[in-house]
Amino acid sequence: MTPAGPDAPAIRLADVHKSFGATAIIRGVSLDILRGERHAIIGPNGAGKTTLFNLISGRFPITAGSIELGGQRIDTLPPHRINRLGLSRSFQITSIFPRLSVFENLRCALLWSRDYRYSFWHLLPRQRALNAATEVLLEEVNLAARRDTPAGLLSYAEQRELEIGMTVAGGASVILLDEPTAGMSHSETEYAVALIRRMTQGRTLVMVEHDMKVVFNLADTISVVVYGQVIASGPPAEIRASRAVQEAYLGALDQ
Amino acid sequence: MTRRDWLPWLLLAAAAALLPWLFYDWGHHRHDGFVVSMLSQMGMMTILALSYNMLLGQAGLFSLCHATFFGFGGYATVHFINAAADDTLPVPMELMPVLAGLAGLALAIVFGAMATKQRATAFAMITLGIGELVATAALMFHHFFGGEGGVTTNRMIDRSLFGLSYASGIQVYYLILAWTLIAAVLMRLQTMTPLGRMANACRDNFERAQFMGYDPRIVRFLQFSLAGFFAGIGGGLYAITYEIVTFDAVASPLSANALLMAYIGGNMVFAGPVLGAVLITLLQSGVSLMSNSWLIYVGVLFIAMVTFAPGGLAGLIMAHGPIFRAGRLPRLFVPYLRLLPPGIAAIGGFVGLVELISFLTIGEAQGRHLVLFGSPVDVASATPWTIAAAMLLLGGAWLRHESRVFARVWQSLTSDLIEARG
Repeated sequence: MTPAGPDAPAIRLADVHKSFGATAIIRGVSLDILRGERHAIIGPNGAGKTTLFNLISGRFPITAGSIELGGQRIDTLPPHRINRLGLSRSFQITSIFPRLSVFENLRCALLWSRDYRYSFWHLLPRQRALNAATEVLLEEVNLAARRDTPAGLLSYAEQRELEIGMTVAGGASVILLDEPTAGMSHSETEYAVALIRRMTQGRTLVMVEHDMKVVFNLADTISVVVYGQVIASGPPAEIRASRAVQEAYLGALDQ
Repeated sequence: MTRRDWLPWLLLAAAAALLPWLFYDWGHHRHDGFVVSMLSQMGMMTILALSYNMLLGQAGLFSLCHATFFGFGGYATVHFINAAADDTLPVPMELMPVLAGLAGLALAIVFGAMATKQRATAFAMITLGIGELVATAALMFHHFFGGEGGVTTNRMIDRSLFGLSYASGIQVYYLILAWTLIAAVLMRLQTMTPLGRMANACRDNFERAQFMGYDPRIVRFLQFSLAGFFAGIGGGLYAITYEIVTFDAVASPLSANALLMAYIGGNMVFAGPVLGAVLITLLQSGVSLMSNSWLIYVGVLFIAMVTFAPGGLAGLIMAHGPIFRAGRLPRLFVPYLRLLPPGIAAIGGFVGLVELISFLTIGEAQGRHLVLFGSPVDVASATPWTIAAAMLLLGGAWLRHESRVFARVWQSLTSDLIEARG
C-alpha cells in the first residue's frame, strides 16, 4: 500500500504550475480531494479545468509542483502507469474505439485490470469470467441492445454513456470525468447523472461540469477555478453563497 | 468464432489442395509446372499479405519494410538448409519454416524496437529507412547475403519427417499449402487475443488505450515482432521453393507488393489480403505472359481501389451482405449488366492505348508484330489509336453515366433496408 496510508487524500495537488511556452495556464493550484467524495471543478471557459485533468492523468507533464495519488507521487509517470495505480478518466471530446463493437470497447477496458496484459496466448471468446463481467457492464450502461454495433455508429448520448462505462470498467478508485453531460438533452442528462451516481458508488469522483444543476445535484465539494487558480473550494451551499465566486463566475450565469 | 465461421476456410483449403489435379496431364503423368508454381507463389504471398495486414489493417501501422523480414527469413533458410545438408543442423525440411519464422522474429525485434517508438507518419518513415538499410546491406555483406548473385541451396537434403525428397514441385506445393494454413489459422487466432484486440484499439484511439493501462508502444512492438515472425515463415517457403534468395526478396518492390495485396484485397476483413494475394499473383503470372505492361494495370487497379473502394475487394463483397440477406440481390442484376458494356469499352480502350505505346517503345525494337484482342494491328496507321482513344473517352463518359444510375439503385436499396430495420 502507499506509504501515506489510508488517511492520505485521494489526490493531492501541491502548488502545481503549467505553462505552454510563455503562457501560464495553471498558476499554482493546491487542492486536496478526499477519498470517496464527489468533487466538481467549475469555472469559466479557458480557466484551465481540462488542463488540470490532463496534468493529473499524465497526459501533459507539469511545469512545477507535485501531484500525489493516494500518497504516491505520479507527476512524472506516463498515463498508462497512472491508470494502473487506480486513476481513470473520460474526455471532453468523446474518446472510444469507433470501429470496435460496443462489447469489444467494454471488454478492452477490462483487460488490464484482469491481468491479461499483452497476452497473445489467451483466446478472448474462451475467457468466461471476463466475458460475463463485460455483459454485466453492458447491462449497467444500458447498451445491451447495441452490443454488436460498432461504437462509432452509436448516438452521441450513447457514446458518452459507453465512455463512462469504459472509464469505470477497470475498477479504478479515482474517476475523472470531463464534462460528461456536455451536449446532452435534458432527459439524457438526467439519465447520465443517475448512471454516474450509480457507477461511481464508493469511489472518488472528480468532474469538470458546466451544467450547474448537475453540479449542485451530484457534488459533495465544489472547487472554482478561475484563470489558472482555485479561488474557492467547499460544500455546494458555501460556494453558492460566496461573494467572490459570484463575482468571478456564477454571476455570469444569471445574465 | 463458431464452427461455421471456419467453413469457408476448410473449403478454400480443400480447393487449394485439389486445384493442381485439375491441370494434371494424365497422358504424360505429370503436373502442369506453371500452375503448380503459380499456386506455390500464391501460398507464400498469402502469408506475406496476411502478416502485413497484422500491421496495416489490425494495428493501423503503415509499414514500408515488410519484405525485410520475409527476405531475411529466406536468406536464413538457405543457410539453415545448407547446414542441414552438412549434418550440422539436424532439422527436417518440414520444420525449416519455423526456423525461418524465428529469424524473421529476431530481426523484427531489433528493428521493431526502433520503429515502434513512433506511430503514424514517423513510423512509416523509419520503416522506409529500415527497408533501404537492409536492401543495401544485402548487396554489401556477401557472407550472409551473397551480394548480387544471392545465396543458393539444394532442398534435396534427404531429411524429412515423412520420407519426402521434395524433388518435385508438387511436394513443395503441399508443404507450402500446409504452412500457409498453419500460419493463416495462427494469425486468425491472434486477432482474438488480448494483444490482437488492443492492436485494434490502439489503431482506433491510442490515447484511450493508454488511459486503460496499456502502453501503445508495447502493443505496437509486440504486434510488429509477431508480424515479422509470420513474414519470415513466408520467406522460408520462398527459399525452399526457388532454392535461391537474392536481393529481390528484401527489396522495396516486394514491400510495396505486400501493401498492394493487403489493400486491394481489403485490409478491414481478415481474409481480405488472401484475395489480394491471389489476384496479384494471377496478374503477375498470367497477365505478365501476355503483356509487358502488367505492372501498369496493377498500379491503375490500386489507384482505382484507393479512390472508389477503400475497403478493397473484401469490402465490396461485404457491402452486398445486407442486400443479399434481404433477398434483394437480384435487383442489382440489371444495373450491374448495364455497367458491363461501358466498363469493357473503357478498359479495352485503356489497354489498347497502353499496349500501343508499349509496343512503340519495346515491341517494335524486338521485331515483333502487335496482336491486340486476337487481331493483328498496324501501329503506324492512325486507325487503332483513334479507335482505342474513342473507346476510352466514350466508354468512360458512358460508364460515368451508368455508375450514377447504379449509385441511385444502390442507395434506394440500402435506404429501404435501413427503413425496414428501423
